[in-house]
This record gives sequence, structure tokens and C-alpha cells, in this order.
Amino acid sequence: MLGLGIDSGSTVTKGALFDGEKVVRRLMIPTKSNPKKSIRLVYDSLISDDVGFAVSTGYGRALLEKAGKQVTEITCHAKGASFLCPEARTVIDIGGQDCKAIKLDQMGSVSDFIMNDKCAAGTGRFVEIMLKALELESGDLDDAVLNASPVSITSMCAVFAESEMISLLASGEREQDIAAGIVHSICRRTAVFASKLNPEGPVFFSGGLAGYNCFRSFLEKYVGLKTVVHEDSQFAGAIGASIIAYSCLMKG
Amino acid sequence: MKIITDLPSVFEEFAEARKNSFLSVKRIKDEGKPVIGVYCGYFPMEIAMAAGAVVVGICSMSDETVGDAEKDLPRNLCPLIKSSYGFAKTDKCPFFYFSDLVVGETTCDGKKKMYEHLGGIKPVYVMQLPNSQDDSGYALWKSELFRFKDYIENMFGVRVSDENLKKQISLKNRERQALKRLSYLMALDPAPISGENLFNLLYGSTFKFDKEAVISEIEAVIEKIMRDYESGINVGKKPRIIITGCPIGGATLKVLRAVESKGGCVVAFENCSGMKNIDNMTDESDPDMYGALAKRYLDIGCSCMSPNPNRYELLGRMIDEFHADGVIDMTLVACHTYNVEAFGIKRFCLEEKHVPYMHMETDYSQSDIGQLETRAAAFIEML
Repeated sequence: MLGLGIDSGSTVTKGALFDGEKVVRRLMIPTKSNPKKSIRLVYDSLISDDVGFAVSTGYGRALLEKAGKQVTEITCHAKGASFLCPEARTVIDIGGQDCKAIKLDQMGSVSDFIMNDKCAAGTGRFVEIMLKALELESGDLDDAVLNASPVSITSMCAVFAESEMISLLASGEREQDIAAGIVHSICRRTAVFASKLNPEGPVFFSGGLAGYNCFRSFLEKYVGLKTVVHEDSQFAGAIGASIIAYSCLMKG
Repeated sequence: MKIITDLPSVFEEFAEARKNSFLSVKRIKDEGKPVIGVYCGYFPMEIAMAAGAVVVGICSMSDETVGDAEKDLPRNLCPLIKSSYGFAKTDKCPFFYFSDLVVGETTCDGKKKMYEHLGGIKPVYVMQLPNSQDDSGYALWKSELFRFKDYIENMFGVRVSDENLKKQISLKNRERQALKRLSYLMALDPAPISGENLFNLLYGSTFKFDKEAVISEIEAVIEKIMRDYESGINVGKKPRIIITGCPIGGATLKVLRAVESKGGCVVAFENCSGMKNIDNMTDESDPDMYGALAKRYLDIGCSCMSPNPNRYELLGRMIDEFHADGVIDMTLVACHTYNVEAFGIKRFCLEEKHVPYMHMETDYSQSDIGQLETRAAAFIEML
């Protein structure tokens, strides 16, 4: 039997199937403007007679009537992170529209957490706006910032930062230097945010931005603790949900 | 007077008490009794009652008037102050409208500066509240109580006799004791009623002006809750949460509802509308009545005091007595004193009391409900 977990994020909807030992399938689609449709699509793609229980998480978690249980993204990310990286003591997740830091105890359970406020500063949305303003492809970001000399970006508001980027471009700054400046400012801000929890290492970095090497390495630099990612980092919430679904199944 | 004892109707009636009291305030006013509008738990109720005045809490907990207030006041000011000023300015609060006098205290910087502007709308009397609970603080507060007594005696042409003051002190103590007994029913595990019903009883009672009747009603409610409890009625086994921090009520009930809709039970409120307001009594054996009142009021553990040991003492006691599984510190955006104190409260909860703690900063808008619910649910999952 399998446990199904679906993480309905603001930008991407992720699904995972867990068989009690490993993740046997994963799926990811853009959430777009209809989270209900997206969560349903992921559910329909992954559901089968082998699936005994489904758990939904993420900001759209209430939109799936067929979920046996809704669990918050905090608990699911912690669960997923401990599965992907059992030695992790802190999770930093930067999602499409929010940012969270979770402290884990020796058992991998949540011992404390913080979430950012209702603002896109320093989140995936912020990066999207940057890529658009600088006409960069997301796949090119790592290469672009590799040898760049970061310019200082003062605005943390996604809206103000966009106009700051445009002024910097107008004053002749190079795109890659501005991009590096933004990446640094997001990582610095995230480190300050996470410092409220007195984080311990290693830090597991999850969410969409974990796919960029530049974010991982600058975050590690500012947090000052070993920061690791996993190829399934972006699925951490869905994997956590599928593990919880599997344990619900086992409990009957 | 017939006392209603059917609990759902009682809860409903207390929840509606504020709205229903619009008419009773008008009636009181028509009878020629003075009405004093107040904002804060530091206001010495007994002196006003001994002057024959009726005291009512003025509207300050909805975002309805925040926009109007922001025409005159900065946006990055605490919503309670903006709301209070906005209600006064737009004349949308019936209690403000009926008040002969509005009394404020120099609690936090935002409030005391706002009262300066409020004075242009209505007669406002400001009591100089000291910010430390030491001998000079008690002496100053006692002299402020005398100054206030003289002021209302002149304003309303009445005399505050010692004999009447003594009666009012005893009456208010009995009311606090009744509300405290009610609150402590929640020490039972599982809790007998929801936190929202408890809140409505506590808050609603402040809008009932016949204090003897309030005491009888609360005692009848206590008896009924206990009878039901003994026959097996309760809210079920749930994680037990204490809410501390800024005043809660009106728009910020969203925090209480987020906790209870996600499977928790709010067993106690340390806030002004809760235990802070009813925990300590005035010493009736003290022949120096003004001194005893000064001590009782100044000892309230609000974050405008520095240092503020009484909040830690009360919260610590409540964590033990209510068997709390977690503490949620609800603060308002731009409330500097509570937001700064949050760090101390967090350490106190985690390191001294070993109880999980979460800080929730919010305002009077409803835009963060989704986030508050997620945070409340995650906190409850963590317990």
C-alpha cells in the first residue's frame, strides 16, 4: 500500500507516493491561477487502488475534498526534511510566496518554527520578478552570478526592488551584477530571519530556490552553518505529507 | 430578576451584551447619571462608581475606523490607538457619544499623544500613570487617584464619600472574584467550555452595569457549567493554550478562533480582558483606601511598566494552574512595549516554564487569517 502526499504551493503543486521505505513517484505541475484544479490534477494522476490514504498540505490544502487529512506545511516539511536528510536540525524553506524556518529535535520533530509575514520579500516570487526585469532565464541564473560582482540592493520589498533594478540597469550596471546583488540580499535576509530560532546545523534547504546552487552557497555563508540540499528538495513538503499518509494508513 | 441558566442562551446573551448595552447606556443617561468612557484596565472603577457614574469601555477593537484615523495619525501606529481615535472622530461609537467624560491614562507613548488630539473632540481627562511599581510610583498613582476624585466631584457636583467608596471597593472585589472563579473552571481537564465562550462571558460582563446582577448571573453560570460538567459535558481532550499579550477582542478574536478551529482550546487569557483585570483584589482591610486602590491598579502587569515582573509572575502561575500545553503571545503591529517584551516572554516560557511558545503579531485587518490559521495549526501539531 502507498501513502499519497500533495503539497499545494502558491507557484507549484507537488505530489509524492511513499511505500513505507522510499518515494516511488513524484510529480510537479504549475499551480497557476486555479489551485483547486491543480491539486485535483495531481491527485488524479497519482491515485490508484494501491493508495490507501492521502494527506494534503500547503496553502491550498483545504481544496482537496478527497484528502483523508490536512496537515500544515510546517509539519510536512519537517517530516520530509528528516527523511531526505536525517541529520538535519534546521529546515529553511523558501517557497513561492513565503519563507519558513523550522527547528527539529533529535527525533526530527518540530520543536519551534517561524513563518514570514504576508509579504513576498525574499521569496520565490521576488526571484521571478528579478528574472523578468533582468530578462534572464531561470536556468541561467547560477552561471550569471558565478563571477559577478554583486551590487548592493537596498529594497527588500518586491515592488520597490523592481524599480530599483530598473534604475540600476539605467545607470549602466550589468544584469549579472544586479542578479548577484538580489541573490545576496535574499540570502542575507533569510539568514537574519532564521537566526531568531538560534538554528543548529546542518541546515536542510528546501523549496523552489533550493534548486539553484547560488542560493544554497550564499545561504550557507550568511547562516554560518553547513547547508545541504537534496535533488528532491522541492518535494520535501509533498514527501512529508506522503510519509504522514503512510503512517495514518498503518495506524488504520 | 430572572436569571437565564440555559448555557447556550447565556453565552449568546453575554456575547451580545456590548451591543445590547447601547440602549441601557442611553437609559442611564436619560436618568441623569453621568457616563464615563474609558479605554484601559488601569482606570480606577471604584472611584467613578462611588461618584454615582456609570463606566463603559469605548470602542477600540475594529478596523472599521482605522482608515479615518489614518488621515490624522501615522499609518505605522498600533491599530488599537488608530481604531479608538477613528471611532471618536467619526462619532461611530455610541459609548463615546454618550460619555460625559473620557478618561485616558499615560500608558504607552502612542496612546498618550493620541489623547492630546482626542481632547479636541470631547472632554478628555488624562491620568498620569507612572511606569514603575515602586514606592514613588505608588505615591504618584495615589495622588492621581485623589486628583481624579476631586475632578469628577467638581465636574458632576457630587461627593465621593469614604463610606460609599468602601462599598464600591467591596462590590468590585466580589465581581472580580466571581469572574475569577468562572475563569478557573477552565483549569479542569478536559475544559468545560470553549475559550470563545469564556471570553464572551468575561468581556460581556463589562457591558453590564448592574454589578450585583452580574455577580448573580456569573454565579448561576458557574453552577450550571459544573452541573453539566459532572454529567459529562465538556469540550473534549484538546491541547490547552494560554493567550497572553495585547488586549484581545473584536477584530483580534481571529487569533482565538484560529486556535480553536484548528483543534486547540484556549483555557485562559492573561490579557487585559482576561486574568490581568481580575486576578488581584483591592485590600479591604487597609484603612488607607486610596493607597490600597493605587496598589491594586498599579500592580497590573502591563508591558507599559518597566520592569514588568507581575506579568511574568501571573503568566507563570497560570501556566501551572491551567496545565497549559502552549502559550501564544498575541501582539498588535507597532505595539512597541508588547513586541519588545515578547523576547523576554519567549525565554521565560521556553527556559523557565518549559512550555512551547509562539508569537503572533497581527492587526485589525482580516487579511492574515489564512496565515494565522496555518501557524495556529502548525503550533498545535507540534505540541
